[in-house]
Amino acid sequence: MSIHLHNIAKHFGTTQALEPINLDIHAGELVGLLGPSGSGKTTLLRIIAGLENADRTAQPSKILFGDRDVTNVHVRDRRIGFVFQHYALFRHMSVYDNVAFGLTVLSRKRRPNSGEIRARVFRLLEMVKLEHLANRYPAQLSGGQQQRVSLARALAVEPEVLLLDEPFGALDAKVRQELRRWLRHLHDEFNFTSVFVTHDQEEALELSDRVVVMSNGRIEQIDTPDELYREPKNRFVFEFLGDVNHLEGKVTNGVLTCGDAYWHVDLPDGHEELLLRPHEVRLTEQPTSESHLPVTITAISPVGAEVRVELEADWLAQPWLATVRHTDFEHLALRRGQRLFAHPRHWRRFPKAESKATEQSRVA
Amino acid sequence: MRRIGDAPLIRRLLIGAALVLSALFLLLPLVAIFAQAFSQGVMVFWSNVSNTFTLHAIGLTLMIALLTIPVCLVFGVALAWLVTRFSFPGRRILQTLIDIPFAVSPVVAGLIYLLLYGRNGWIGTWLDGHDIQLMFSWPGILMVTIFVTCPFVARELIPLMQAQGSREEEAAVTLGATGWTTFRRVTLPNIRWALLYGVILTNARAVGEFGAVSVVSGAIRGKTNTLPLHLEQLYQDYNAVGAFACAALLAFIALLTLAAKAGLEWRAARREAFA
Repeated sequence: MSIHLHNIAKHFGTTQALEPINLDIHAGELVGLLGPSGSGKTTLLRIIAGLENADRTAQPSKILFGDRDVTNVHVRDRRIGFVFQHYALFRHMSVYDNVAFGLTVLSRKRRPNSGEIRARVFRLLEMVKLEHLANRYPAQLSGGQQQRVSLARALAVEPEVLLLDEPFGALDAKVRQELRRWLRHLHDEFNFTSVFVTHDQEEALELSDRVVVMSNGRIEQIDTPDELYREPKNRFVFEFLGDVNHLEGKVTNGVLTCGDAYWHVDLPDGHEELLLRPHEVRLTEQPTSESHLPVTITAISPVGAEVRVELEADWLAQPWLATVRHTDFEHLALRRGQRLFAHPRHWRRFPKAESKATEQSRVA
Repeated sequence: MRRIGDAPLIRRLLIGAALVLSALFLLLPLVAIFAQAFSQGVMVFWSNVSNTFTLHAIGLTLMIALLTIPVCLVFGVALAWLVTRFSFPGRRILQTLIDIPFAVSPVVAGLIYLLLYGRNGWIGTWLDGHDIQLMFSWPGILMVTIFVTCPFVARELIPLMQAQGSREEEAAVTLGATGWTTFRRVTLPNIRWALLYGVILTNARAVGEFGAVSVVSGAIRGKTNTLPLHLEQLYQDYNAVGAFACAALLAFIALLTLAAKAGLEWRAARREAFA
């Protein structure tokens, strides 16, 4: 079931939560709405669900599920599954009754008989591996278990569209990882269309077929995770998708200078701000003919496959972050207080007027 | 490390003072009521209670309470729902307005009703023209009782419903539940203890209300006399045993109410421990 949004805007009082937005989500797609808090992503999700109404503007707004116009259809008739950030389980009902709820409130004509409901609830509980906890109450479950119950509850009514509002936000890292993989699996198996909201770029990039990056009620970019990371359309997207190091200085005759640091770049004269990712910073013991960027190591933390190194220098407004491989880390014998030279492998710039990025790589 | 007030002497003094004060101000009067009521034996107590006028007063008081509770219940739930689930201009003001009956002296409340609905009142004149008499009859007593008791249920519910938020209700609606089903199966179970607690408070106040009722009832024996008014009349007539018999009845109702409240709290605590 595809989702088509046309001219969706939303005001809360005088603040504009969403600027008029158009968005197409294909049938069977898993789409992540990514943005900082206040970017309008949850509002957009709630409008798709029908929990919130879009503004009535001169230009009519429209929400289509497939060919079905649901713009004026009430939430309860939209046939969506909604998973809330804090699960919103019915606290006075057992796990079984929570999952069965959507089936027991169906009109008598459409309601399955009690045996069928029972079979279906247990099938769902089996799917989320919680059949042994059917008689427990939500307060007796862990966060991860509660979220699985809430998913099972949403899926009980066989929705064609599954909407998830920061589904894993309140869980610890390991459980989150597990549930992500599990959701992806579920999505592929049942083939519904899913939209989820997150502020965690890693989650969005890992889970989604396509990511919608939002800020200040606007859509900044819609792309596959891969394209998004490699070709950010603007500075906001680039900065939001990962750590960024800034280098600001004056370019004269192809040399960017900033305090006692300088660097050969292929840019016209003028003030420039260049951006680079931590893995694009190489550390060497000697300056090269191309660059002279002296830095001092202020912190070292081995995180997973890489070592994160924090760098400071008096020509830098903010410390830089560099990631180096463990072998390089040992080879260079890095330690705190050590003075080294940074050497950018690759950089980008987002001129203020245009949104088109310039990037340049160099082999050094 | 010693905390403040941990010294044995101070501790004993504080606990002792609390006990003595509770006994003097709470327990002793209660005991005195029953002692006075039964001071001339059970038979005299019984003859006072079974007196026609007293029986009528009991009946009227219970009727008023029984009529007040459902009205306050519906009003309180509707108001709490409105204030906690919707945002609209004037929501804050409405929340403040709920407290008027608490802030205003009951006698003033009674006088206002008299002024409005009495024979010469603004609305009363019109009502009189249509042969409807509210003041100095039981509808008037009901009206002022509802006025003084209407905040209890809403006051109990609003903080609870605010804390619980509307997520569960939203979840129910996304699962296809109608408004009434959502209320019956999701909202009501979540607020039922607070609701019952509000009802108990409403009942206690409805039974015991004196000030507002005394202004609008006219205190006609056997007609518009509630138990508290009857008690006062008996006392003015130097029938101390009769007055205390009524007082004992009221105290008994209060004790029942307290027992119900304690029972509810005990159950709620047990539920919490279990959940």
